[in-house]
Amino acid sequence: MTATQPNIDRRQLSYIAGQAADARVNVELEAEGMTLNIGPQHPATHGTLRIVVRLDGEQVIEADPIMGYMHRGYEKLVEVRTYPQINTLVNRIDWLGSFANEVPFILACEQLMGIEAPPRAQWIRTLFFELSRIANLTLFLGDMGVQLGAVTPVFYAFRDREHILNQIESATGGRFHPNFDRIGGLKDDLPAGWVDETRRALGHIRKFCDVMEDLIVGNEIFEARTRGIGVIPADVALSYGLSGANVRASGVDWDLRRDSSNSGLVYDKLDWKVWTHPDGDSFARYWVRLQEVREACHMVDQLLDSIPAGPIMAKVPRIIKVPAGEAYVATENPLGEMGYYVVSQGGLEPFRVKIRSASFSNMSIAPWVLKGTYVPDVITILASLYFILGDIDR
Amino acid sequence: MPLSTLALLASFTNQVSASPKLALLAVEFPYWATTLFKLLMAFIAVLIPAGGTVYLYLFKMVSFMQSRLGPMEAGPYGSLQLMAEVGKFAQKEDIFPARADRFVFAAAPYVVLVSTFLLVLVIPFGPDAAFANFDVGVFLALAVSSLSVIGILMAGWASASKYSLLGGLRAAGQLIAYELPLVLAVVGVVIQAGSLNLQRIVQAQVEGEIFGWGALGNPFFLTQIIGFFIFLVAVQAELAQVPFDMPVAESELVSGYMTEYSGFRFLLFFIAEFATANIFAFLASVLFLGGWSLPPFVTDIFGIDSYSNAMNVIGPIVMATKMLLLTFVIYWVRFTYPRFREDQLQRFAWKFLIPLALFNIALTGFFKVAL
Repeated sequence: MTATQPNIDRRQLSYIAGQAADARVNVELEAEGMTLNIGPQHPATHGTLRIVVRLDGEQVIEADPIMGYMHRGYEKLVEVRTYPQINTLVNRIDWLGSFANEVPFILACEQLMGIEAPPRAQWIRTLFFELSRIANLTLFLGDMGVQLGAVTPVFYAFRDREHILNQIESATGGRFHPNFDRIGGLKDDLPAGWVDETRRALGHIRKFCDVMEDLIVGNEIFEARTRGIGVIPADVALSYGLSGANVRASGVDWDLRRDSSNSGLVYDKLDWKVWTHPDGDSFARYWVRLQEVREACHMVDQLLDSIPAGPIMAKVPRIIKVPAGEAYVATENPLGEMGYYVVSQGGLEPFRVKIRSASFSNMSIAPWVLKGTYVPDVITILASLYFILGDIDR
Repeated sequence: MPLSTLALLASFTNQVSASPKLALLAVEFPYWATTLFKLLMAFIAVLIPAGGTVYLYLFKMVSFMQSRLGPMEAGPYGSLQLMAEVGKFAQKEDIFPARADRFVFAAAPYVVLVSTFLLVLVIPFGPDAAFANFDVGVFLALAVSSLSVIGILMAGWASASKYSLLGGLRAAGQLIAYELPLVLAVVGVVIQAGSLNLQRIVQAQVEGEIFGWGALGNPFFLTQIIGFFIFLVAVQAELAQVPFDMPVAESELVSGYMTEYSGFRFLLFFIAEFATANIFAFLASVLFLGGWSLPPFVTDIFGIDSYSNAMNVIGPIVMATKMLLLTFVIYWVRFTYPRFREDQLQRFAWKFLIPLALFNIALTGFFKVAL
C-alpha cells in the first residue's frame, strides 16, 4: 500500500478502503498515509457522493467513489407504473435539465408504438431540449467557480438561469420538472408571446456567457488551477465510456444530436457545430461547456424562427398500451449520453426499463483520473467532470 | 517566535507604565482611569470596526456584487442582522468532538483573538491617541501578528478531524511563507521613515515632501508603491482570504481548522478573522497612507495643527476612512477571485513576492543614499 506499488490488486484495495470507511471516521494517522472520506456530506459533492481517498501527505494514492446514497430505485419503480406516469418519475433523474430526461424515454416508447410526433411537436420538443441544456450548463459554468473558491459567478448563474426557468415554467407549468413531453406529442401548445420573451431570455444567457468568459476563463488563477489538471486522453475517455462534453473536451468529435438517427428531434434541420477541445484537461471541459451553451442559444434562436404550424399531438389511443418489443434510444443530454432500454410485453406497464445515465458512466473514470493528484485538484476534477447526484443514483 | 514575542512584551511593560497619564483633550486622568479607558477603547477599536466591516462589506457590498440584497429584515435595512448573528451563535451548543483534546480545543480561539488584541496595541489613532507608543512598534506588530498561527495549529490539531488537521497544516505553511514578504515590504517604509516607531512613521509622512512639493506630505504608498502592493498581497494571505484561502477552502476542507467549532467558539474565530482584517488595514494605512494625519494642504485650509489635540478626535475618523477603503479592496478581491493551489501560492510567495520585496529594499536604500 505505498506509492511505489501502483499495480496493487484492485479488489484488495477496495476492500481496504471500504473497511477503513465503514469503521467510522478513524482519526489516527497511519504510517503509510491517511484515509480521508470526502462525503457523503461535503460541500463539493453537490449531494451525497462519497469518495474515499487514501492520501500520502496531500497526494492521492487511491480514490474510490462510493455511490448509492441517493438510490431511489427508479428502474424498479417504473415496472409498476403506466407509461404516462413514468414520465413524472424520470423527470427527477437529472434535476437541473429535467425536460431532457423525458425525451429519450418518450422517443423509445414512440419507436415501440410506431408513432411519430407531428412536426410542430418535434420542433418544440427540440426547443425545450436545448432550453434545459442551457438551464443545466449555466449552473455548471457558475458552480465551477465556487469549487475553485470564486463564490460570485454562481450567483450570476442562478440569476440568469432564472430567465430560462421562467420560460420553461410559463409554457409547461413546471419550473424544475416540466413533465411536458407526451407519447405522440406534447402536453400543451406554446402560450402567446412566448417566442419573444424567450428571445429576451436568450439575450441574458449570451451576456452571462460573455461575463463568464471574462471572469473565469480569462482569469490567470483559474487557468493555473485547471490547465493540465485531470488530463483524460481520448482513448482512455472512450474506454471508460465517457460521453457528452467530457469526451468532446478530449478531442473526440462525437455528439448524439448529430450522430444518431433518432426521429422525433429536428437537429438535422439546424445550422450548428459540435465543439471539441484537444487538451482533455479541466479547462477544456469548462471551455467546451461554455461553447455548448452559446451553441444552444444559437440553436434555440433558429428553432424559434421556424416553428411550423400544425397539431401538437399525433393520434394516440386514450389508454396507452405499448406493443411487445424492445427499444433503446439514447440522446445527447446536458450531462452526456442518456439512454432508455425499454422492454415491453404489451401491457400497461413496461416489463423492464434500463436507464443509462451519463453521470454514472462519467464517474467511473474518477479512480483513474484522481490517482496521483492533490486534494485541491480532486475538487477541480470532480467539478469539471460535472455530475448530478440524481443522475448517478437513479 | 512565541517565546521571543513574550520576552518582547515583558520588556515593554516598563515602557507602558512609564507613561501613566494620558493627555486627551487637555484633561489629565489618573492611572486607573487611563487603564480602564484604554481597555474599553481596545474593545471598541477591535469590535466596532469588525462589526462595521462585516455589515458593510460581508453582508451588503458582497450582496450587491452578487445581485442580491443581503439581510433586509432585522432592523432598518438589515442593520441589526449582526446582533441576530451574535445572538444565534451565543445560543448554540458548544460541541466538543468526541476525541478532541479538550483544553487545547477550547483555548485555540482565544489564542487567535489575543493576537488580534495585541496587534491593536501599537496602532496610533492620533498624535496622543495610542494605546502605547513603542519605539519598535513595527517590530512588535509583525511579531504578534504571527501568534495567530499557533492558535490555528492548536485548533487544527485538537479538533481530531482530518479536515481540520489538513487545514491547520496548510495555514501554518502559508502564514509562515507570507510572514516574510510582509516584513520585507515594511522594511522599505522603515528605511524611508528612518524609524520603527509608528508615530514617527506618520510624522515622516506628514512632514515629507515629494521633490520639494509638500502639499500632500509624502504618503509612502506613492514612493513605496511596490512595498504597498506586496504588503496588501501578504495581508490577504495572512488573513487566509481568497485567493489565498487554501487553509479554509470551503469546497475542499469544509472549513479547514474551524470545521469542528460551533457556537461561541466559532464566533470568536469569526471575530478574530474580521477584526484582524481591519487591524491589518489600520496598520497598512499607518505605514503607507499617512495614518491619522490629514494631507498638509487640508490642514492648511482648515487651519488645524497636525499635532494639536483636535487631531486626537479627527485622527480616528481619518483612520476609519482609510481602513474602510483598504478593507473594501480586501473584500473586493476576496469575492472575485478563485483560489490558488497550495503549491502555487507557496511558489508565488517564494519566487515572486520575496525577490520583489528584496529588490524594493535595495531600490529604497539606493534612493535613500542618492537623494
